Amino acid sequence: MSLVQNFPFFSIILSMFCAIVSFALSGKWAKRAHLAMTAAVLALSAGVLGFTAATGDSYTYMMGHYSAPWGNEIRIGPLESAMAVCFSLLMLLSVLGGLAHIDRDIAPSKQNLFFIQLDLMLSALLALIYTNDLFTAYVFIEICTIAACGLIMARRTGRVYVSATRYMIMSLVGSGLFLIGLSLLYAVTGQLLMSPAERALAGLVSDSRFTLPLTVIIILLVVSLGVKSGLYPFHTWIPDAYGYATPAASAVLSGLVSKGYILLLIKLMVRVLPNDNQAALNMMDVLFVLGVVGMLLGSVDAIRENDVRRMTAFSSVAQIGYIYMGLGLGTDAGVTAALFHVISHGAMKALLFLCIPGLTEVSGGRADREALRGAGYRHRLAGLGFTVGALSMIGMPLLTGFVSKYLFAAAATSAVPGKMIAAWVALAVSTTLNAVYFMRMVLVLYTSVDASHRRAEDYHASPVENAGIAGLIALNVALGVASPPVIETLARGLAVFG
Amino acid sequence: MSREDPRYAGSRWDKLARWRRGEYDPTAGRLELREPDFAPRDELQKLRKYAAQTERDDRYELGLDTRLRGFRRVYLAAAGLLAVFLAALLLVTVSWLPQFGDYTAPEHNEVARRYIEQGLEETGAVNIVAGMILDYRAFDTFGESCVLFIAVCCVLMLLRVDKEEDPHSMAAEDMSDRYFEPHREVILQMAARVLVPVSLVLGIYVVLNGHISPGGGFSGGAIIGTGLVLYLTAFGFERTGRFMNETTVKLLTVSALTFYCFAKSYSFYTGANHLSSFITPGVPGAILSGGLIVYLNICVGVVVACTMYCFYVMFRKGGF
Repeated sequence: MSLVQNFPFFSIILSMFCAIVSFALSGKWAKRAHLAMTAAVLALSAGVLGFTAATGDSYTYMMGHYSAPWGNEIRIGPLESAMAVCFSLLMLLSVLGGLAHIDRDIAPSKQNLFFIQLDLMLSALLALIYTNDLFTAYVFIEICTIAACGLIMARRTGRVYVSATRYMIMSLVGSGLFLIGLSLLYAVTGQLLMSPAERALAGLVSDSRFTLPLTVIIILLVVSLGVKSGLYPFHTWIPDAYGYATPAASAVLSGLVSKGYILLLIKLMVRVLPNDNQAALNMMDVLFVLGVVGMLLGSVDAIRENDVRRMTAFSSVAQIGYIYMGLGLGTDAGVTAALFHVISHGAMKALLFLCIPGLTEVSGGRADREALRGAGYRHRLAGLGFTVGALSMIGMPLLTGFVSKYLFAAAATSAVPGKMIAAWVALAVSTTLNAVYFMRMVLVLYTSVDASHRRAEDYHASPVENAGIAGLIALNVALGVASPPVIETLARGLAVFG
Repeated sequence: MSREDPRYAGSRWDKLARWRRGEYDPTAGRLELREPDFAPRDELQKLRKYAAQTERDDRYELGLDTRLRGFRRVYLAAAGLLAVFLAALLLVTVSWLPQFGDYTAPEHNEVARRYIEQGLEETGAVNIVAGMILDYRAFDTFGESCVLFIAVCCVLMLLRVDKEEDPHSMAAEDMSDRYFEPHREVILQMAARVLVPVSLVLGIYVVLNGHISPGGGFSGGAIIGTGLVLYLTAFGFERTGRFMNETTVKLLTVSALTFYCFAKSYSFYTGANHLSSFITPGVPGAILSGGLIVYLNICVGVVVACTMYCFYVMFRKGGF
């Protein structure tokens, strides 16, 4: 086994070790440790991506001396390593882009605790990406849930406690359902490693034993991860949780955390759960319908919202709907489109959430459309970033959002006719609705105002934050212009994912 | 003492006899129980009820918003129905599962067989469960320790009162805690003198013996944590702070988790790369056997004890 094959394990352990050490560090050093660690994880993941893209195959890595099905195991392929690269890159840019606000929003004595949550969040996301073991997945879901609560409430103002509590309740319902589903799965298969569990499940399906428990397992696992990632009827925690946390936390939560659960769901659907029985097919249809409903109603909610932060948060509901619609198409092309949108939405949403505080701070701290008039002149980079993010969301060519929408539309052609028509109509209507609220916001930002409102007095943008925003703008453009290699890597990774 | 004795009047026996006859009240002048005179009782109750009602109305605005009141009723009914449906579904599902102890059940497969038949030989742990969680599936257990760690971090972030953040509330918390802290609770202190050493020693035994007999880091750490919390309740922060304060908790947690991290990283690395490792199972049943298990149990025990202690301190006062 070559050294580079150890890198996924190194990156998980490194982020956990960084969290442990940060407990004894001051906030300043915890911040440096976090940034250095994220950069190191990015470099390690890039190495793994290079290796797996060259071999084009996946390999398993034993966590200990015992092979599957006795010991823990992680599995690494092109798809997993590509996701690890994207997640660490987005984490790095989101934290850089929100660094000055972390300093301002969080008490100095508690900043090291905030960075611990971020470190463990990254380790949990990496573990969810790489794991080939169902129970490891559950343990890291727990870490992810607690870290997300910590990130939301780190700001310690009245409103975030309510948001964190709501998030916690919904998220724990998801965790509980997932654990019950996992226990049932263990009871009917006796396996916790994914590949042996899949073989056992396939045997059960062909012998048609335990048919009812199998259906319930599929429902529980899919619904629990749907609740945790904010699928449409379970989305009520999203606007508060994303709207009031510190910007870096909002960017990480909307861009990465819900995506970690979606990736795990894709992994379960492709690698573990039987694909060809009636329950799984019906579940696909349910996901498709909920995804389409989410796409439309999330946007309608966003249109009705006057607060730009909450509007952007509601738009996440719609975007999560896109991903589930792609999964619900039930074709490989649909899953590839969903995977691309996972990355693409992370890049767009992180950019929007990082630009919003810059815009509101030059508008007297208010986030409504009235106050934001002309804010694009007062903070040019944030205005530009918001515009790029908004155009990308709508699906302007040369930006990453366009590629996602194109992939969804193309994937729909190979689906059954009913789904194809529904997906196209939903894409068209949802794009129009996206345009309504995002273009309205961009127009508000660049409404001409008199000269006295064109300059923000005593506002100094932090250069580090500007670097983060600039990096995310570049990422949006890069993903939009140079998407073919990314899509090809994802498609090839998906082929060896199962 | 006879009643004719001149010392009888005013003595304890005299008082007792008079108290029995109803002529003497030992609490008179010292302890008084009487009705509050500012409002008759039913008036007061009415007032309280009104206050509670207005508070409820204020909170949900139910008195004003009939639509919201209707929604709440429908919501509660729907939630109840959903819960009943979910419970019924799960019960029906469980009735499909193999019975407890059924030897043809799917979980009796090659996984469990190897754990039971070769666990002792491969891990050196007489307690198979310890071998499973700290050797076969040690990565999960490291994750679980990190769950405790991140829970501590969240509680610290939420509840710790910092001097630089808010000096007044820190002082106020300290004052109120001192006020409620029992200084001369003889019964509690006496019980603690007996129970604390016992629970600490038992906890250490359960941790150290975790690979030989039932127990281990999680249960032993919880027992040690209970002992520490009892000591703190009985003797107060000043005495406990001499050996358990923020620095100790930090030091213990960080070093335990760091050791776990490095030890298991070595083991994962050698295992995955098929290198030889200097860790051997040892003689089963000896106190220093089972490879890393005994040390990992100590780490887990330390983390669990610190977590419990830290939770108690944070919820009670918000500082060490």
